[in-house]
Amino acid sequence: MWTEQEILMILQGLWETVIIVFVSTFFGYILGLPLGVLLAVTDSEGIKPHPMLYKVLDVVTNVLRSVPFIILLVVLIPLTRAIVGKSYGTAATIVPLVIAAAPFIARMVESSIKEVDHGVIEAAQSMGAGTMTIVTKVLVAEARTSLLVGVTIAFGTILGYSAMAGAVGGGGLGSIAIRYGYNRWQPHILWPSVIILVLLVQLFQILGMKISKNLDRRRT
Amino acid sequence: MGEAIIRLENVSKTFSSGQGNVEAVRNINLEIEKGDIFGIIGLSGAGKSTLVRCLNLLERPTEGRVFIGGKDITVMKPKELSILRRDIGMIFQHFNLLMQRTVLDNVTFPLEIAGESKKEARKKAVKFLETVGLAEKKEAYPAQLSGGQKQRVAIARVLASDPRILLCDEATSALDPQTTKSILELIKDINRNYGITVVIITHEMSVVQEICNKVAVLDHGNLIEKGTVEELFRSPKTEEAKKLVFSETAHIRHMHSSRQIRVVFDGKSAFEPIIGNITLELKTPVNILYANTQTINGNAEGEMILQLPDNKEIADKMVDYFKEKNLGAEEVNYVD
Ligand SMILES: Nc1ncnc2c1ncn2[C@@H]1O[C@H](COP(=O)(O)OP(=O)(O)O)[C@@H](O)[C@H]1O
Ligand SMILES: [Mg+2]
Repeated sequence: MWTEQEILMILQGLWETVIIVFVSTFFGYILGLPLGVLLAVTDSEGIKPHPMLYKVLDVVTNVLRSVPFIILLVVLIPLTRAIVGKSYGTAATIVPLVIAAAPFIARMVESSIKEVDHGVIEAAQSMGAGTMTIVTKVLVAEARTSLLVGVTIAFGTILGYSAMAGAVGGGGLGSIAIRYGYNRWQPHILWPSVIILVLLVQLFQILGMKISKNLDRRRT
Repeated sequence: MGEAIIRLENVSKTFSSGQGNVEAVRNINLEIEKGDIFGIIGLSGAGKSTLVRCLNLLERPTEGRVFIGGKDITVMKPKELSILRRDIGMIFQHFNLLMQRTVLDNVTFPLEIAGESKKEARKKAVKFLETVGLAEKKEAYPAQLSGGQKQRVAIARVLASDPRILLCDEATSALDPQTTKSILELIKDINRNYGITVVIITHEMSVVQEICNKVAVLDHGNLIEKGTVEELFRSPKTEEAKKLVFSETAHIRHMHSSRQIRVVFDGKSAFEPIIGNITLELKTPVNILYANTQTINGNAEGEMILQLPDNKEIADKMVDYFKEKNLGAEEVNYVD
């Protein structure tokens, strides 16, 4: 019922989606992880309170988060062009995805880190640990399970966004679903694309939770 | 008089918040000598934790100065303070271990902070786990240990940084009496074998009796009494201190409404004849409600709660008699 060409196209789309989501999640964390740590650390309850810096980061994060992704996509076209040279295709999709995901990732990181028991932080301080040591060896290390759950959530969200990016000429399965499924009404392309997208989210959900659970030493 | 390893000068700490100010610690002057096991006792909310956290500046005093080994630590730069903190170990009520690290790696943690190599750190850590009797648990995670074992890991972690001072904030309050005893024994050993000065924060007089040689009583942020444990046990001066000292027998005194007297005696005083004599002299039997002997600093100290007769005249005579014999007699009619 599918031509070889169509199968290849869907596989190609799947591959692009995987690349887009992985690369976007990766760069999302490159920006979001430090931002989230900074938010948690400079908060009034954090280990290095800094009300001014916190306020600025807090506002920037909130503003970015409240812009609907589809608007961000359009607004960021000049930036995308400046970075990857064009405003459509796989690479071009990644830029707005990273910008959209980073603040959302930062919030998740912030809340994961704030879950770390304050007593443990205090113990580290009593041993003379500096801020950087506490960040890396206590905050991030102790929050790792929660951080990994965050990664799987980020992954699913970015996958969803990537499908949306397909609407404005991004690559991947989302774009195929829209071009063939919506624009030309070809259900035999639409549905496999959608089902693969859903399965992909499920797969990463299960995988992420499993890894996170395996890494958790808090239970016996 | 030994040298004061810890000295507090007019230390106050006030917390300010939207709802107003809390004076958690008020104008404390205190000296703790090298080798002491110094108890700070007080009811919940008295400011004990705040005070002990001023000793390593986890809490910065709003006023006053803190001297460790003769140096004013309130004027130290962050770097200097970090290094000083390695000299002051701390253990906590809830142990505060890193839950995602093995027991062994918890003990290496302070060594990592000090910049030692992982290999060297592990070698040392194993040694300290042996000291606390937990070498066989080194690959376990804290979640797999009992409360007492967790506190032992915390103690090994403190030993790893080779400190001069150990601060214990309610370190046994989450443990059962049996485990409490064994942890206190361990702390005593550490004090003796490593010459580490220990500061014990607690709300339990039994802990102070078990392990401390000196004690200070904290009440509403004020230091209201200090001295040897014997002094406090025999003759607490303030009402607040009495409450703490007598708290162990509160349940017994609660059951009896008549006048009662608390008598303290050391192992050497011939107590039996006194009870016998008073019975003969006043022709009235004495009802013993409670009797206990404890070892304070290696000396047996006894404590008795006696029920006084209903006849006021005889009861007063009895009180005078005990006071005359210098037995730290104190009427303890329940005041709670
Ligand atoms: N960080 C803080 N902010 C505001 N108030 C505090 C803080 N820490 C302690 N307090 C207050 O200071 C008082 C003493 O607390 P604490 O030192 O914990 O007493 P204790 O250890 O004797 O139970 C309490 O009234 C407590 O509510
Ligand atoms: Mg406390």
